[in-house]
Amino acid sequence: MAYKLTVEKFNQYLTNLAKEYIIFAPVLLQGKGAFTNTDCVRYQEIKKFEEIEYRKKSNFSLKEILTPITQTLFYFSEGNWQEPKVHDKKVLLFLRSCDIHGIKRLDDIYLKNGCEDPYYKVLREKIRLCLIECPESFENCFCVSMNTNITDQYDLFLRPEGEFVYVDIQNSEFNTVTGEVVDASPRFVMENPTTVTIPQELPQEILQTKRWEEYSARCIGCGRCSFVCPTCSCFSMQDLFYKENQNMGERRRVWASCMVDGFSDMAGGHAFRKQQGERMRFRVMHKFSDYKKRFGYHMCVGCGRCDDACPEYISISNCVNKLNNMVEEN
Amino acid sequence: MSNAYMPFASRIMKIIPHTDIDYTFFMEYTGEVKPGQFFEVSIPKYGEAPISVSEIGAGYVGLTIRRVGVVTNTIHELQEGGMLFLRGPYGNGFDVDLYKGKEVIVAAGGTGLAPVKGVVDYFAEHIDEVTAFSLIAGFKSPKDMLYKDDFKKWQQTLNVIVTVDQADDEGYTGNVGLITNYVQDLKIENSANAQAIIVGPPIMIRFTVAEFLKRGITEENIWVSYERKMCCGIGKCGHCKIDDTYICLEGPVFNYVKAKKLID
Repeated sequence: MAYKLTVEKFNQYLTNLAKEYIIFAPVLLQGKGAFTNTDCVRYQEIKKFEEIEYRKKSNFSLKEILTPITQTLFYFSEGNWQEPKVHDKKVLLFLRSCDIHGIKRLDDIYLKNGCEDPYYKVLREKIRLCLIECPESFENCFCVSMNTNITDQYDLFLRPEGEFVYVDIQNSEFNTVTGEVVDASPRFVMENPTTVTIPQELPQEILQTKRWEEYSARCIGCGRCSFVCPTCSCFSMQDLFYKENQNMGERRRVWASCMVDGFSDMAGGHAFRKQQGERMRFRVMHKFSDYKKRFGYHMCVGCGRCDDACPEYISISNCVNKLNNMVEEN
Repeated sequence: MSNAYMPFASRIMKIIPHTDIDYTFFMEYTGEVKPGQFFEVSIPKYGEAPISVSEIGAGYVGLTIRRVGVVTNTIHELQEGGMLFLRGPYGNGFDVDLYKGKEVIVAAGGTGLAPVKGVVDYFAEHIDEVTAFSLIAGFKSPKDMLYKDDFKKWQQTLNVIVTVDQADDEGYTGNVGLITNYVQDLKIENSANAQAIIVGPPIMIRFTVAEFLKRGITEENIWVSYERKMCCGIGKCGHCKIDDTYICLEGPVFNYVKAKKLID
């Protein structure tokens, strides 16, 4: 059922929901961008509609809510292992279609690749999704090529229009508001200026082609592409103890990236992918080939955030299109 | 909910030093485990490290640990009776049944002997279950040699060749040279059916596989075990992934038909 609400009424609705839910949405952070006088859009807890930045693409995805950048797995004290408490509230996320598809990828890695990850599972079960539309394709987006432009996997749908907010409630859990009943279903982006053609088969020769060396020259291994990606899920384990009391400490996991030094290093010093070009190949193959072999669909959701974030202007969509051209020429 | 990251405490029953930096820790353990599988071994506040099982016995597993980092250095400070934390075992490990009734050759470089040692131990005790068993073990130098007592035992039933890359010790009278040299000269009864297991550093695996192929052993009869940085051991952290294969889930033991297609 969809309702037309005034902003005031919608804010009352949010206030009510906030008793049961922690509400996260993309928020504009003025002056917090990578360069001077630039802004950044990222996920933060919100109380009011006015805080939601729904016109712009968020620079970071929502994955930090499901898989925190650093997540404590255990606290140690004198031989005791204690798991951290998890908050009681559910979580409501405002997000776009591509990011909803991104969560499906995280689910497959954390819940279906080997045993279930208990830390992910407990947070995942709390998550509810509110779809926000894209007014039009943003820069670097190629969701249509990745089939992630459309979704029906949401509990709520929100469309701000003029003075009003249209809310379509799919999950009865959110049936705590009434208003003028209207017809509101999401409009999805059906075309992107950027398109990507993914080669069906990648011959071994392409994997070992010198083409990848281009990226050794350009990529600086900062890992921004992974950290903004809604589907990059790798982490490293890390133990630490407190300066004030060395008998106490914790085990954490922290985000890791295959593009950053040390990712494949083993104790004793052997590393498997030393060149940035090799790392680029590994990452691109994972997103556009290897993951599909395991789960039946591509990992990349085409949000284009990696292209937005790269300080060296490396474009993953260009890279894949170039690969496709090479395959077609062969 | 059971927590896959929660380790269990295990008492150190015995420590055998092999070299200045390689010790085997015999840990209390009862449960299923196969040679070639690994445990995540940890000391709270220092971290975890993936360590392969080097020996399996009633109520214990042997873990051969080289001091090469914060975690392993700290483990080396522990004494018999002390505690380590383990989770696992993880990975597929070697299937000993695959080799029964066949001619088996194991080529192991350095600490690469650890993951395959359980297979060697088994057939040293059950030599009648194979038609022939050869072990070629290579170490950097005489002082890097591991499992000296085990070698004495193995020599009674198996065809054992030990070699070192360089003999810096004047008292050393054994073989000198790379493992590949000894593969060239190895007596193989029936190369069409012989099974070769190769474990060691990546470059050693590459050249040793090439040598076995030259000797007429087929790709499907060659087995390798890959060492990677396994942070979680349960298919999540991504560090050990090659192509679409997670070494911690589908490996670390691979048939060469599959292994040759894996590109790091």
